[in-house]
Amino acid sequence: MDIWTFGWSVALIGMGGTLLVLWLLSLLILVLKMVFPYKAENSASDKG
Amino acid sequence: MEAAIVSGLQGLLLGLSHLGWGHVVMIAIGSLLLYLGIAKGFEPLLLLPIGFGAILVNIPLAGLMEKGGVLRFFYDTGVLTEIFPILIFIGIGAMTDFQPLFENPKIMLLGAAGQFGIFLTLLLALALGFDKLEAVAIGIIGACDGPTAIYVTSKYAPHLLGAVSVAAYSYMSLVPLIQPPIMRLLTTEKERKIVMGTVKQPVSKTVKILFPVVVTVAASLVAPLGTPLIGMVMLGNLMKECGAVERLKKASENEIANIVTLLLGLCIGATMEAAKFLRVETLMVLVLGLIAIGLDTAVGILFGKLMCLLTGGRINPLIGAAGISAFPMSARVVQVEGQKYNKKSYLLMHAMSANAGGQIGSIIAAAIMLSALAGMGIV
Repeated sequence: MDIWTFGWSVALIGMGGTLLVLWLLSLLILVLKMVFPYKAENSASDKG
Repeated sequence: MEAAIVSGLQGLLLGLSHLGWGHVVMIAIGSLLLYLGIAKGFEPLLLLPIGFGAILVNIPLAGLMEKGGVLRFFYDTGVLTEIFPILIFIGIGAMTDFQPLFENPKIMLLGAAGQFGIFLTLLLALALGFDKLEAVAIGIIGACDGPTAIYVTSKYAPHLLGAVSVAAYSYMSLVPLIQPPIMRLLTTEKERKIVMGTVKQPVSKTVKILFPVVVTVAASLVAPLGTPLIGMVMLGNLMKECGAVERLKKASENEIANIVTLLLGLCIGATMEAAKFLRVETLMVLVLGLIAIGLDTAVGILFGKLMCLLTGGRINPLIGAAGISAFPMSARVVQVEGQKYNKKSYLLMHAMSANAGGQIGSIIAAAIMLSALAGMGIV
């Protein structure tokens, strides 16, 4: 593989992959927040 | 008798007689790192041991990096095996609070844009004649994350470890000088004045505990070679958030992190032997590292401008500059810069979200790059 095929492939996979994974993680956070919403009574146990 | 005394005295002068200009220059560089760490407060925890290690390894005939030397032992057992950076990651995880990210998850995307400098610099390094793995190691300076840079470089281009580490840590501490001119260049005054609303959203403890586990599994499935990086950070964070292993958490963020930081710093300094460090390629690595962080900042801001456009002007593009891993320094730079143009603008919490995204983003970017290299059969 020549250096430019290598370079552009890594760059495209890297930039696209990082963006995609972080977008998925942001969705996962939203899902977790929906499934386990914060409740006022949690605050006492949070401190513990 | 006289001959023995003369021979003994000659032995005392051996070090001096072997001292070359390269040693002197490197001792001066080591001293400069000490000065920056002690007097200027630039990353002293790292620059002090790195600077001292650089001085030690450039004492002629001391043999600290020869076979059987003490620094060689630490280097072989801690750096070449990747144990030191991995242990540092546990400490980082134990010290990191992802709360700002939970409050505003979509800002996490800025943490991805803030890593693009890694890949653009990789292309530049290839254009300048570095081989593939050297280009990978140089590009990773753009992660703005010392342990990640050390992990990748020690694995694939250990001969560049000194230059890459010095660049990574030096530029991280210079973020307040590097970023503002780029922020001003790429944004209009109107954009810099945008006031963002508050995003105070409490998050349940269950979410905080599940997050590190979910991230580890999800990210590691996509990029398995990055599992040591992601897994250790998230292990540290799980110990912090669960509250069940206070002793382990404290050990991770204090004793383990401190001991490893000291030894890692010494080992990095030990790679700065005059014969290996004083080369044109070192200067090129330092310049490319600076470009990498500049590109990270620029792409982060441009992505911030895109988000500003898509949200009808509700996002201040300046927070895009905080999509790098230098936490919380970069977020503070954004806050200061925003306040210069609008005293009513409080960007800190939003920038912290982007900054926390940058911390995860830098590890994910490295993990994806390593997995892509493995997929291509390069490593």
